[in-house]
Formats: sequence, structure tokens, C-alpha cells
Amino acid sequence: MTARESVREEKYKVGSDDLIVLEAGAGKPLLVLHEELGYPGWMKWNEALSAGRRMLTPLYPGFGRTPRAEWIMSVRDLACFLARFVRERKLAPIDVIGFSLGGWIAAEMAANDPAIFSKIVLVAPAGIRPPEGEIMDMFTLPALIYLRESVLDRSRTPEFDSLYDGGLSPEQYEAFEDARAETARLAWQPYMFNPSLPHLLEGTVTAPTLIVWGRQDRIVPASASAIFNRSIAGSRVVALDGCGHRPEVEKSEQFIKEVTNFLG
Amino acid sequence: MHIMWFTERQYHYDPETEPEKSRDLENRILRNRSFFGLPNQNFDPVQGSRLLNQYLDEKIYSEELGFDGLMLNEHHGTPFCLGSVMDVEAAVLAKATKRAKIVLLGNPVPTVANALRLAEELAMIDLISGGRLVPGWVRGAGSEQLANNANPAYNREYFEEGVDFIIKAWTTPGPFRYEGKHFHFRFVNPWVVPIQKPHPPIWIPGLVSPDTVVWCAKKRFPYVALATRLEPTVELWNLYTDMAAREGYQAGPENFGYLQPVFVGDNQARAEELGKRFLYGGAFAHFARPEWMFPPGYNSKEATRRMARLPAAANLPGKPIHEGGGNETDEELEEIRRGVYARYEDSKRDLQMIAGTPDYVIPRLRKVLEVLRPGIFSFWLDGPVGYKDRLRCLELISKEVMPAMREIGKELGLVDPFQRKPGSVPLPAGRQAERVAQVDALASMPA
Repeated sequence: MTARESVREEKYKVGSDDLIVLEAGAGKPLLVLHEELGYPGWMKWNEALSAGRRMLTPLYPGFGRTPRAEWIMSVRDLACFLARFVRERKLAPIDVIGFSLGGWIAAEMAANDPAIFSKIVLVAPAGIRPPEGEIMDMFTLPALIYLRESVLDRSRTPEFDSLYDGGLSPEQYEAFEDARAETARLAWQPYMFNPSLPHLLEGTVTAPTLIVWGRQDRIVPASASAIFNRSIAGSRVVALDGCGHRPEVEKSEQFIKEVTNFLG
Repeated sequence: MHIMWFTERQYHYDPETEPEKSRDLENRILRNRSFFGLPNQNFDPVQGSRLLNQYLDEKIYSEELGFDGLMLNEHHGTPFCLGSVMDVEAAVLAKATKRAKIVLLGNPVPTVANALRLAEELAMIDLISGGRLVPGWVRGAGSEQLANNANPAYNREYFEEGVDFIIKAWTTPGPFRYEGKHFHFRFVNPWVVPIQKPHPPIWIPGLVSPDTVVWCAKKRFPYVALATRLEPTVELWNLYTDMAAREGYQAGPENFGYLQPVFVGDNQARAEELGKRFLYGGAFAHFARPEWMFPPGYNSKEATRRMARLPAAANLPGKPIHEGGGNETDEELEEIRRGVYARYEDSKRDLQMIAGTPDYVIPRLRKVLEVLRPGIFSFWLDGPVGYKDRLRCLELISKEVMPAMREIGKELGLVDPFQRKPGSVPLPAGRQAERVAQVDALASMPA
């Protein structure tokens, strides 16, 4: 059985709210924090990284599968909610990999509780205002345009058409709209960053941290990597050429290699 | 029947006296695929000043012409409407007129970050006008949320909480502290409160969103449908009537209003030509691009579900309408323009646009009144039309159309909210509510 075939939905209670978590494989736990358009589906990197590990992907409240928790109104609220899940399931310290919005959530969790993570992988994380360029405003674009802009070259990204199962069904349209609405509740203003995050990270996070970024990222400009790098002592940046916002599918092999080596 | 008139106060040039400028602006809007978001380098403040004063003059003159109400609205970031802060215009009218109601349909509560400030502005207008204010509230178009940085995912929550707060600020003795979900005020004590007690009458405009219709019925606020198609309007008014029955009252014409696009002229062909321009100036098809009309969370989940299954929904995945926009040749623009104006025949048939001489217009308006039976009626004039033609239209409405409508209103028993308080007719439990709209009347549309 491939890891993909083993993916199952588990439902947990966190406080008085539900949390649905996609789980696959068995072994040392790895927490995966998905992006702002929702869980994009099982890709090659999921298959590779779930070998010998138990991969847990929480589907955030309000993003479609898990019901909305009305009190969650900021990324920090969501980070604390997910941290509670990790603590209560006795998963800490856990390795984490966060993509875009998920990277921001991981950084907030680490800033709140440095002991929660053993190793951190941030993939083109939002959360810090880039010193050059602006984070692309997903709220003024249709979901599919935002998705398209997330890769540098669709024709050279074989897995692009698999993201969100192609993204064209009415069900997926609804899922995108759920994700966009909840992201708006979390990150409308300031848009996709928290001005206090660099200060909260600085001198706090000691877990080994890998920051992966496409040099041609049109969603979150790669200039923000320097701030993450400076704020998290001992972190290392891997900047990929010819790559946009999705190193995990655009430079899949290189990504898998870097992350596997890092996580060990 | 309460009769008023409305215009979007569009930024435009008269196509007959400034054809090149008019065509150039129209082309830029078409290339942009949207009124909203047209770069404001296209705005000439001198022209804007001239137009704003013209629109105010028209409104002041229309009180002399006998209109009961002067209706205003508000839009942002668009040449579609120069009234970006409607309360400023309302304040001018409050002082410059003596009799007509000043009807604001409506203040976009979610986009106003400070609901207390809104309560104070409106109270001042009520005082200056001597108690002639009719405030109304809207959620604001999707694009309005972007233009004001108002989180669209909380739009309905802001709307409902904001309206409740404004009424509370007007009616609860201050000072008091208010801690809501989205609004927080530590010292609510507006010195200026409305002259109308317990507060000015509130009317709510809309585009037949079921959520808003139900909310209005519960609050006993009259609902004013903004030029919506007759069949869905009847359905939604039936919904209102049913909800009213559950709340224990019989809805009547006083609970409903309708906005009707009209152009009246001395000559049928000329009036229709001018009426056609409404389709350009008032057509919602290109008010804003779909991604701006429906920002995240602006629609309810049910509305999103319906939209996801519309085969032609422009915002559906794979159909980004704005792609390819902006580089059209003149011929291609002509074709788009022809497409816009070609809708005139449909609009004419469905009574969505009634343009003609008084003799042509009156029987068609009678049909609308027979079907919807509204106690509030507003004429809607729009599109790039010169001042002289607009004034002539208003005069013809005043002298020939409005008297006929008042007679029809009496005949049909169309009482307005000032004649009978909305929600004041009790409906005993278990008694069937009478429908206000008469769907049967749809069967015999004028040829």
C-alpha cells in the first residue's frame, strides 16, 4: 500500500471545537500546515516524506471540511488552536512543515511556544512583510488566477494540473471560496503579515529551521526570507532558481532531497 | 404612494455636445471591463464639480416638480456614481429643500468603520431637514469592500451589528458603553440625536437577497427592490409576507418599494434612444468584474453553492473574465458596445426599462404597480444623457406621468409607509396572510 492509499480522515476534539486531520503512514510524526487556498491534495513530496513517518495535515476550521470556529479571528488564534491540538495529542516536540499561510502559522506557534517543534521547515512563508515587493493580494483575484500565479511556469510543472484535482469542479469552487473567506477572516489586515512576528521570533526559536523559497516567487516575495533568516537564529535558507511559490511541486526532487536531508 | 426619483450621479460627458470625450471615457470603461477600478487619472475635477452641482440642482428642482422623495445612494472608486459620501449631498439637500423626504438607500454600514460617526451624521441631516430623513442601510457592493478595506468575510455581521448599534445610539439614553463583536465604543453619548422619534423611518434597498428580505421582515423595515426582474421580486415579496405572518403582522404595500428605470420624452423614438443609454450607464453587467463583485466571504455559503453550479458564472474556475481585456481594437469595442445596447429589446419587453412618451410609459408603469403593488416607487434616470433632456424627462414625469400614477396608486390601494406604519396591521395566529404582489397580473404584459 502506498502512503497515498493510507490517507485517512481523523476527527479530534480541541476544546469545544472539532478538527479534522488527514493522516497517513506510521512512524515519527510530521505536522503539515497547508496553504491559504486549502489542502491542495496528495503530491509526490507527500509520498516521499511520509515514508516511515506519520504525516498529520490538520484541515483548518472554516476551510471546508472542519467546521468554522467563530472565535478564531486571527492567525495567532489559529496557531494557538493548533498548538493545543499538538499538546493534547502529546505530539510535542514535533517536526513541522508549513507552506505559505501554513508557514506563518508554524512561525506563530514557534514564537508562542519554542518547545513545540523539534525541527521547522518553512516553505515560502507569509507572516512577515517583505522588505522589497508586496505579497500578492489573493482577495482581488479569482482563486484559479492566484493558483496559476503561484508557479513560475505551468508548462514545466507537471504536477500543476493535479493541484486541487485540477480546480475546476463546482465542489472545488466552493472549497476555494471557503478557504478564501476564512483566510480573509484571519489575514485581511494587515494583509498576510503580523508586524510583531519578527520581534517575537528573535531570540526565541532555537529549533533547527530550514527556509525554502523560490527566487521568482510572485506570491510572497523572496526578500522576506532575509527577515525570517535573521529572526530565527541558526536558520538556513535554500533559495531555488527558476522557481515560484511552490518549490514542493515546481522543484519537487530538489525539495524532497533538501527536506529529507534536513529532517533526517 | 410615495413617489421619488433616483440617479447614480454618473461621471460622464454629454455624447451630443462632447462626443469624443464621451466615447473615449466609455471605451476606457469597456476596456477595463468594469466601472469599478477605472484609474482615477480619468477623473477631471472640473467636470466632476460641474456634474455634482448639476445633480444637486436637479434634486432641488424636483421638489418643486412635486416629487415626494429625493433618493440618493453611494458608491466608491467608480465613475458609475459621484456620490462617494452620500451624506454630504444629503446635508446640502436638507438645507436647500423644504418638503421632500431625503431618502438614503443606503449607507453602506460595513464600509464605514465608525458606526457612531454615521449615527451622528444622519442625526444632523435629520435635524437640518426638520425631520425629513429616511435612512437606509446596505451591505455595499463587493467592490465597495475592497475600496474601503472592509473585510468582506464579516460583511453581513458588520451590517447587522452596525444597524443595531446606530438605532441603539439614537434611542438609548447616553452615556453608555458598547462592547459588540465588531464595534466597540467606550462612551456612546451623541449630543445630536434625530428629531424623528423614536428614530427616523428606515427603508432597506436590495437586489432580492433572501437573507436581507427575511431580516427586513423581522425588523418591519420596508424593502425596496432595486430594478430587479419582476418574477423573482414577486417571489421574494412573498417570502417577506410569509415571514411577516410568522412575526404576527400582515405586510402591505407600505412594506415594499420598487425602483424602475424610466426615460420619458416628447418623442417616442428619441425617448427610446436616450433610454437605451441607461443600459450602458446603469447596467450592472459591467459595474465591476466578478472577482471584485464577490470578494471572499461576501456571499453566503448558499449563494456560493448556487453560483458554483451556474454554467455561465463568470467567476468560475477557468473563466477569468478579465483575461484578454484592455487590448481590444476599436472594432472589437464596437461589438461589445453593440452587445450592451442589444439588450435593450429584452429590457423593453420585460419592463426593465420603460422609455417613451407619457402615453407609452403610463400603461406600462400601471402593469408594474399591478404586479408588485409597492407603496414606495422611485423613477430611475441614468446613462450619459444631457442636462436638458434629463430636465425635460423630470418635467414630463411631474406633469403627466406622476398624476396618473397617483390615481393608479389610489385605485390599487397602494398606501405608503407614512400613511400606514409598516408592521402595524396585526395578523392573528393561524390566519393566512394575504399576498401583496399579484403574480397573475404578469400574465398580461402590455404589447
